[in-house]
Amino acid sequence: MTSQVDVAESTEGEPLSEPSPGAGMLGSGGDRPGSDRPGRDGQRGDGKRVTKLDRVVIRFAGDSGDGMQLTGDRFTTETAGFGNDLSTLPNFPAEIRAPAGTLPGVSSFQLHFADHDILTPGDAPHVLVAMNPAALKANLGDVPRGAEIIVNTDEFTKRALAKVGYAADPLGDGALDAYSVHPVPLTTLTVEALKDSGLARKDAERAKNMFALGLLSWMYHRPTEGTERFLRVKFANKPDIAEANVTAFRAGWNYGETTEDFAVSYEVAPATAAFPAGRYRNISGNLALAYGLVAASQQSGLPLFLGSYPITPASDILHELSKHKNFGVRTFQAEDEIAGIGAALGAAFGGSLGVTTTSGPGVALKSETIGLAVSLELPLLVIDIQRGGPSTGLPTKTEQADLLQAMYGRNGEAPVPIVAPATAAECFTAALEAARIALTYRTPVFLLSDGYLANGSEPWRIPEPQELPDLRVPFATEPNRPDGSFWPYLRDPETLARPWAVPGTPGLEHRVGGIEKQDGSGNISYDPANHDHMVRIRQAKVDGITVPDLTVDDPSPASGRGGPTGGAGLLVLGWGSTYGPIAAAVRRVRAAGGRVAQAHLRHLNPFPANLGEVLAGYDRVLVPEMNLGQLAHLLRAKYLVDAESFTQVTGLPFKAEQLADALTAHLRTADDTDTADAVDTTPEAGRDR
Amino acid sequence: MTAETHAFPSLSLVPKAAAPQSMKDFKSDQEVRWCPGCGDYAILAAVQSFLPELGLARENIVFVSGIGCSSRFPYYLNTYGMHSIHGRAPAIATGLAASRPDLSVWVVTGDGDALSIGGNHLIHALRRNVNLKILLFNNRIYGLTKGQYSPTSEVGKITKSTPMGSLDAPFNPLSLALGAEAGFVARTIDSDRKHLQSVLRAAAEHQGTALVEIYQNCNIFNDGAFDALKEPATRDDALIRLEHGQPIRFGAGNGQGVFRDPATGDLAVAEVTADNADRVLVHDAHAAGPTTAFALTRLAAQDTLHNTPIGVLRSVQRPVYDIQMQTQLDQAVAQRGPGDLATLLTGSDTWSVD
Ligand SMILES: Cc1ncc(C[n+]2csc(CCOP(=O)(O)OP(=O)(O)O)c2C)c(N)n1
Ligand code: SF4
Ligand SMILES: [Mg+2]
Repeated sequence: MTSQVDVAESTEGEPLSEPSPGAGMLGSGGDRPGSDRPGRDGQRGDGKRVTKLDRVVIRFAGDSGDGMQLTGDRFTTETAGFGNDLSTLPNFPAEIRAPAGTLPGVSSFQLHFADHDILTPGDAPHVLVAMNPAALKANLGDVPRGAEIIVNTDEFTKRALAKVGYAADPLGDGALDAYSVHPVPLTTLTVEALKDSGLARKDAERAKNMFALGLLSWMYHRPTEGTERFLRVKFANKPDIAEANVTAFRAGWNYGETTEDFAVSYEVAPATAAFPAGRYRNISGNLALAYGLVAASQQSGLPLFLGSYPITPASDILHELSKHKNFGVRTFQAEDEIAGIGAALGAAFGGSLGVTTTSGPGVALKSETIGLAVSLELPLLVIDIQRGGPSTGLPTKTEQADLLQAMYGRNGEAPVPIVAPATAAECFTAALEAARIALTYRTPVFLLSDGYLANGSEPWRIPEPQELPDLRVPFATEPNRPDGSFWPYLRDPETLARPWAVPGTPGLEHRVGGIEKQDGSGNISYDPANHDHMVRIRQAKVDGITVPDLTVDDPSPASGRGGPTGGAGLLVLGWGSTYGPIAAAVRRVRAAGGRVAQAHLRHLNPFPANLGEVLAGYDRVLVPEMNLGQLAHLLRAKYLVDAESFTQVTGLPFKAEQLADALTAHLRTADDTDTADAVDTTPEAGRDR
Repeated sequence: MTAETHAFPSLSLVPKAAAPQSMKDFKSDQEVRWCPGCGDYAILAAVQSFLPELGLARENIVFVSGIGCSSRFPYYLNTYGMHSIHGRAPAIATGLAASRPDLSVWVVTGDGDALSIGGNHLIHALRRNVNLKILLFNNRIYGLTKGQYSPTSEVGKITKSTPMGSLDAPFNPLSLALGAEAGFVARTIDSDRKHLQSVLRAAAEHQGTALVEIYQNCNIFNDGAFDALKEPATRDDALIRLEHGQPIRFGAGNGQGVFRDPATGDLAVAEVTADNADRVLVHDAHAAGPTTAFALTRLAAQDTLHNTPIGVLRSVQRPVYDIQMQTQLDQAVAQRGPGDLATLLTGSDTWSVD
């Protein structure tokens, strides 16, 4: 069922670049959807009831060809613009066009939005949109009883049902009695709406995702202008397709407004209090990372050179950066990962900000060159958007299992600093931070993101230019020896960085290489004592990198035996993209009276200087990771603490509920009467989830 | 000196030297550590005495190498240099040259480095046509690792790793390069300094990637590999010295010539007679198609090296990657103005929270 070839790695089934002949519509040309923003009095213009909610989780699910990612993206953009806090989880197969109507071919997009600040895309959807039986079957297990399910009844044919193993139609046999089901003939309605569009039926059918989007937009009072504008721009050179999609979108809205089946619509107020003042946009991790790299180039005054080889889920950074040539950004699509990093290193030798982007399998290929960069002591950013492994693994799913590869995956003693963003928006600052370390200390730096951060999105406060760090570093311009000669490895006593003398600088001609060299002069040296010295000084340089102290969130009243800041006995410590689910779980546990402290590492090499002290302050340390305990392993080795792992490697992020349960279990087993009552962690116990 | 008057228009973006240079300007202070008698010495001396001719600011010249005996080369030149990792020099040099059109970038590599572990980077550098000059020291052996056969060793070669003779057929580096769309392909010999320098000159003049195969004697592990081309007794019959625009004749009294077989289009060597003298192939290094150049690369006998062409087999102009890359950057600025970070970060869909 799964494709054997790497070519099949892709993103979503409905490439935006390949506009499907869309749809036209039931050109009733009626009211512009959304023109009558409902009042907050429980009734909207159409006379239907309006219920206020503080948060909603919606999951769009369909065939990979149904355009679910686009649908989710549009809903997200409108939701962001409306001012809700939000978090998203796209989840799609690795195949470009997985066999239609099958379980492996299901693509989904989950969106959590709220009138307050939230941390995760939500554990379970309140609403499932299932475009076919496969989508229903693949997702039903995640849908709690009582939730709403909107199904496209047109696709519930005998054949389609049989294909996914439904013996009887779940819409007719009572299987969905526990849910609030809205059967909607989405395909028929879309085709009907587009009957005057002149499009062939097959083409008209393809606009059904826009019909569904229109319907959901009505249900949740989403703005619509942006989507209509988006469709007209996207299909600018196919106006009939643009109109068809807009028509289907409006038809979906009108359907909600007029059909008895949808008696209630929902309002989720903007999350005004959740956001500090500022200008906001919605941003995905990969986009934030690409912008962070452009910003690092601007702030350092160095031209950006990206050497990269396409690989999911990192390719979007290559795509994005290749659009910004007017920033002096050079993007080089190499023949393989080795050439990608090689070219980036060559450019760094020439004075560029050298960057290579990849995922785990690519990192494996780059290892030898990373070692060379360690030896040359040149700045270089190695960006790993982690995915499921080993080998090709799960190209489109998330995982955190490259930590030890980044930490140790090279021959010889070859220390490399590691930074890891905790959220999608944080990918921006992480890129700047990685660049700061690389440029200040003349070293390759790993940035570990992952598939969840890369594709998920959230609101981001756009920084003002003056908030960005100054990353300028001087090139060497003068000889540095009393005799007027230049030593390429004469170090800065504080940072231990060597001078960066770029070709074109007269008088500083020098040779560097991967053979061991004498400290100072840089000449080849096989001297045993010098090698020992060089190994240690390269390590000392990385160990000496200044990174911010770890902050601990521990609001429990001091008990005399807790951590440095509060009184909890249990510390939950994470890194990378587990931040959202961990923080959401901690909220729940605390809301139920549990005492738990939380801290999150953004620097994994070197660790923050106060980490040992933080760890020592807690009786128990729990480390949730999407691997088999790699950070826990490092902590145990370095700090001799009994850090316990809580791990999951499903290719999906943790759910808050699952982590809350784990924390609660820990609190219970801890001999800690204060917290033994911390058991009610049902979703409504805390404010987020 | 201005760019227009420079002898090497291909290097017009590289700053010129302020004062005339000599060979000693290009010698580094490092002790040269090849085996006594190694062909690499002769190549080093030839390069060091050739570089002043370019008249380039020394600081704008960079030599990048891989790993192998030959790849120690950059340490001995007083320019910028990088001794990198096995096989990857073309990739590293590509990033350097593509980001710094003001540099003259040279790659030094061996037959194992370029054609075995680094084969992928070599072919892609050639097709991409970045402004690089690649000097491939072909000694038909792995020198640094003490004498295993290489991808250019003749079939049946007895080495430490092939006590009963090697089984795999070798690459013909120049055929390979032409297949990889190389715009400049040449061959020369370590012992013939004059010829070597003439080829280096042609390579330097070429805009884009130039591949120069240099037959290099490894007197320790493959001594005499090119003797047929060097010994006075045999060399005249073995060597075909190519010169653009000249009939391809060689051998004692120029008695041999290269002819095209009208039936197959293939090339063959035959004795020149009064009858056929006007049909001797005239060498055209600038021919648009690679076909004849390719046929020339196939003339040599793999074992005896008879009929080995040296000189510039092909030199044609193709779009140069780094120049085009810069052009795209300039175009992007012309079309959209220089990038403004605040505008980029803001994008089109924003909202404000007060
Ligand atoms: C990744 C890696 N694999 C293997 C080696 C060992 N090695 C060093 S040089 C070499 C072959 C060199 O042969 P060639 O390129 O022909 O250079 P020569 O020494 O003949 O000049 C090998 C196999 C290495 N340094 N790195
Ligand atoms: S082993 Fe051969 S190639 Fe290497 S330095 Fe000695 S003679 Fe030269
Ligand atoms: Mg060799």
